Amino acid sequence: MLYQPWPWYVAGPLIAIIMALLILMGKKFGMSSNLETFCSIGGAGKFTDYFKIDVKSKRWNLLVVLGSVIGGFLGAHWLSPDPAVHISDETVTKLQDLGFDSAGKAYLPTELFSMESLADPKVWVILLVAGFLIGFGTRYAGGCTSGHAISGLSNLQRPSLIAVIGFFIGGLIMVHVLFPLIFAK
Amino acid sequence: MKNVVYVILGTFLGIVLYKSEAASWFRIYEMFQFDSFHMYGIIGSALAVGTVLVLLIKKGRIKSFSGEIISIPDKEKSFARYILGGTLFGLGWALAGACPGPIYILVGAGYWPIIIVLIGAVLGALVYGIVRGKLPH
Repeated sequence: MLYQPWPWYVAGPLIAIIMALLILMGKKFGMSSNLETFCSIGGAGKFTDYFKIDVKSKRWNLLVVLGSVIGGFLGAHWLSPDPAVHISDETVTKLQDLGFDSAGKAYLPTELFSMESLADPKVWVILLVAGFLIGFGTRYAGGCTSGHAISGLSNLQRPSLIAVIGFFIGGLIMVHVLFPLIFAK
Repeated sequence: MKNVVYVILGTFLGIVLYKSEAASWFRIYEMFQFDSFHMYGIIGSALAVGTVLVLLIKKGRIKSFSGEIISIPDKEKSFARYILGGTLFGLGWALAGACPGPIYILVGAGYWPIIIVLIGAVLGALVYGIVRGKLPH
């Protein structure tokens, strides 16, 4: 059971419990503010006061990040004999049409996330632009999936609902409008 | 001691998101195609349990570990920043197939190209910090 993929009804409540434990420790559940902390550590306070923060006060969140990295290692190397993600047949067909032959056979598409894929400069651009949009968008919106979709909505915050609607507008445009242009065979 | 707890909570989060496949690019694509209930189930059940827990915490029925009643601050009111920032984030979320948490998890899992996504994300946060005064909030 532990070695099989975990069903949604196990994962969702566990995520909520992790969030509640962080709140009970006087913190909050949000992963994207770490991106700003990295900027501050890197000396971005020289460019703008926005990054002049007390990094010590963010240390707890960096420790959660460290834990996530360890968790990813354990999940991938110790707890998952078969990395294949069994997505629906419809999705596999759509991805094959876009040139993703690894659909249904891997955890991440080898077309984007294998060392071999990095031989293609286009892959670098895709990954860099995707990351930039994540970092810029999440700080502009004041949170990401953990901060808005889980923490904010659990606290019935209207701003988080607006942000989550934005997440879906962006995601749907990317997958339905831009993917056929970006990944055209 | 507290520091160890943060690392353990992070580790647990990493295992949960990896094992539930929420950190998989394929699951994010599938979600935006509405081809499976899986991701909606994860977010929905997290919300259902989370809403009850947050309510109990706010009403003081559950107190902090140091015994105090916890107040959770409301999110700042605005429309523009949430819809615009949210949409930009959504574009990146779907393209990278990962949000900030899973980026770190995938580094741990050994998918090295995700580090390029992480570098892009830090650059994005940096540029936001520099130009934020010129953006509608």
